Amino acid sequence: MAKSYEEIAHRIRQGKAVVLTKEEFLKAVDEQGVDRAAETVDVVTTATFGAMCSSGAFLNFGHADPPIKMSRVWLNGVPAYGGLAAVDAYLGATEQSELDPTYGGAHVIEELVAGKRVRLRAVSQGTDCYPRREVETWVSLREVNQAYLFNPRNAYQNYAAATNGSDRTIYTYMGTLLPRYGNVTYSTAGQLSPLLNDPYYRTIGVGTRVFLGGAQGYVAWEGTQHNPAVKRTDQGVPLGGAGTLALIGNLKEMSREYLRAAVFHRYGVTLYVGVGVPIPVLDQDLAAQLAIRDKDILTSVYDYGVPVRSRPALAQVSYAELRSGAVTLQGRRVPTAPLSSLAKARRIAALLREEVRAGRFALNPPVQPLPATTPFRPLTIRQAEGEE
Amino acid sequence: MIKKRIVITFPPGLAEKPLTYHLVKDFDLVINILFARISPEEEGKLVLEIGNSSEEQVERGLAFLRENGAQVEPLSREITWNEAECIHCGACTAVCRPQALALNPESWELSFDQDRCIVCEQCVTACPLGILRVSF
Repeated sequence: MAKSYEEIAHRIRQGKAVVLTKEEFLKAVDEQGVDRAAETVDVVTTATFGAMCSSGAFLNFGHADPPIKMSRVWLNGVPAYGGLAAVDAYLGATEQSELDPTYGGAHVIEELVAGKRVRLRAVSQGTDCYPRREVETWVSLREVNQAYLFNPRNAYQNYAAATNGSDRTIYTYMGTLLPRYGNVTYSTAGQLSPLLNDPYYRTIGVGTRVFLGGAQGYVAWEGTQHNPAVKRTDQGVPLGGAGTLALIGNLKEMSREYLRAAVFHRYGVTLYVGVGVPIPVLDQDLAAQLAIRDKDILTSVYDYGVPVRSRPALAQVSYAELRSGAVTLQGRRVPTAPLSSLAKARRIAALLREEVRAGRFALNPPVQPLPATTPFRPLTIRQAEGEE
Repeated sequence: MIKKRIVITFPPGLAEKPLTYHLVKDFDLVINILFARISPEEEGKLVLEIGNSSEEQVERGLAFLRENGAQVEPLSREITWNEAECIHCGACTAVCRPQALALNPESWELSFDQDRCIVCEQCVTACPLGILRVSF
């Protein structure tokens, strides 16, 4: 029997809705079976907390007197993009300080969220309407006009695991990879991850309300590199990186608990972002998708020691195997380690469950579905404009 | 008879010399290699436990290492973990061979067992939050 968004909202208002975290839902499926769970459960909360490089914040600083059209902007020494209207800027998470490569945009975002003031410096050529040519001051999140996180790519639907077959340690965005297949790292919340629980994007689309960094945010668009047409298992689980989300939310309402700056040694700065999505159990098909488990989610292990775009895949493994602490690669047991925090993801899923139950986090159908077919193209290096 | 743990740091190039061979053969030291990271062009690092040897033997052995350009220090350093700031991602566990840093398979929260730590310091750069540090 199908449920509508309105019916679920009504049950939430009456305080009768059954809202479970994804892991609690799996227990319900064990006890009742999927068909029964599809009827008894109204909402399942999913979450992830991982490093998401494609993140950043739009800021509007307000006008100084005399005013300035900021063309180059720095926050705590980290360049922000100022090629927008006079006092708008975009601060990318991975942008590094010109003085200290271990401090970047993500750190500035974290400091702002923690309530600290950061040093703003901006320069301009000066115009008739914006005569000021330089400004230096301190700004806080409370004092700027708008500050919103706008992350072009978050919440990757599945992601490859990494290892290193070369004979030296390499330092990557997948962490420290020890030589001669010394370890395997992976980055996912697995069965708890939002897009793996709604693999065909029935309830997650443009306009879907999400938990973002501690605040309520929204899916703004398909994420960059959104690639829904990858190979999938019979259950619809993509075998590698597939769908992605562009997310937006009010930075002023976010918390350092769910937004943390990070440095991957010899790679650079990134931002750990907490994302949560409540999924309405609209029908049995959706319930069956929500019943997906780590053992059903497969990914490939790639050799990051080979510096080419199409790295060789060494093995296909399930997240249950990755979580077990070791996988078999070329006949040898290799220890595994996660990079995204399952403990934090669980905390977000539990928090979201309480918010949905209490009626403070409303579920709404997507305004527009995410594209089901988007080609994912590589970059061609051409010597001339007319070259194929 | 004494038992001690030492950290030996090799400058690049010294890895070609069979130093541990000489510790055993010439100085009769009973050694156990707890950790070794040696590659030809980089600084190398060796953590040894020396047991069943006299103080004098050990001192002569260590003097030999120093003469050859290695830096020798007792394993008095330790790793500190700022637990309150930890996000429990697990990135450090990827490089922790003795499993001093480990994720609980139920709660997926990190724990740090100081006794298992051999102070190889790999976790210091592996931690994305910079909250694993060497203290003296």
